[in-house]
Amino acid sequence: MLLFSCPNCGPRDETEFHYGGQAHVPYPKDADALTDKEWSEFLFYRDNTRGDFAERWVHSTGCRQWFNMLRDTVSYEIKAVYPMGGSRPDQPPATAAQTQQKGQQS
Amino acid sequence: MAQTAERENDVIRGLRRSPAGHLADAFSQGSVSGEQGVTLREVPFLTMIGVRAAPGSAVWDRLGAVMGGLPERYGQVTGSGAGDGPGTEQGVSVLWLGPQEFLVIAADGPNALGGGAAGASLLGGLLDALAGDPGQVVDLSANRTTFELAGPSARAVLEKSCALDLHPREFTVGTAVNTQIGLIPAVLWKVDEAAFRIFPRASFADFLGRWLLDGMREYAAVEVP
Repeated sequence: MLLFSCPNCGPRDETEFHYGGQAHVPYPKDADALTDKEWSEFLFYRDNTRGDFAERWVHSTGCRQWFNMLRDTVSYEIKAVYPMGGSRPDQPPATAAQTQQKGQQS
Repeated sequence: MAQTAERENDVIRGLRRSPAGHLADAFSQGSVSGEQGVTLREVPFLTMIGVRAAPGSAVWDRLGAVMGGLPERYGQVTGSGAGDGPGTEQGVSVLWLGPQEFLVIAADGPNALGGGAAGASLLGGLLDALAGDPGQVVDLSANRTTFELAGPSARAVLEKSCALDLHPREFTVGTAVNTQIGLIPAVLWKVDEAAFRIFPRASFADFLGRWLLDGMREYAAVEVP
């Protein structure tokens, strides 16, 4: 059993939480302009990282709040817990231009 | 008109069945007295009102004025019932469920939900304080039922199926948290050194009641010297 540190409630069993998939997937800036392929990639295609992976979790049987977590997919080590909307602690904050570009690519 | 509504409410009150009412006999038979004792009972039909408000907002202040302050941190319980011991359900308590979500608990009766003029009841007063601004005041009385687990062995029974650190040093009297007990989500409130109130959802009440009874069985056995 893993212990997750909920930002509101402190350490709790992993069974109290639910997984929300990869974090930091920006919504396309102009969704109407996407081709079907680009739209399907935004909806369904996610990274399958070996190593540090940023993901969203919700404390469903506790405070019912979402948060981001940086977890090593090999060792399951939890590197960081940070709020929704925050940037990955292991990377410098993305500039507005980069975010926009990434949004168009995905 | 109001009298008719009141009479109808009285009829409805008489027809209510609590989610664990059918286990009342089992609870009293399963309860153990003595040094290793632990008792379980259902406190049916407590009034519960779900409140949502953003801390620091005007709604928060107005709702807080009705309740005598809303809880601001994890585990906190505020209100006139915060100091209630086991067996007393007279005060009104507000439990912290999340940064913007709270559960108001009060005794059953017309004062809490009843009809009559707005503002005369607890629910009416809260709705008046909300005044249509962003936030929520909802009657959730039928959502959960209340178990009271008390006695010297109450903590030992809970620790069998709750992963939370329940040591008195960590989990002090007057703390209420949302957690899992026996694989189901429930609110756990420590009302006294040796008494807990557990709020499972109505549909889980039968399961949790039997689960706790099973956990209490060993304390009824004669101790082997």
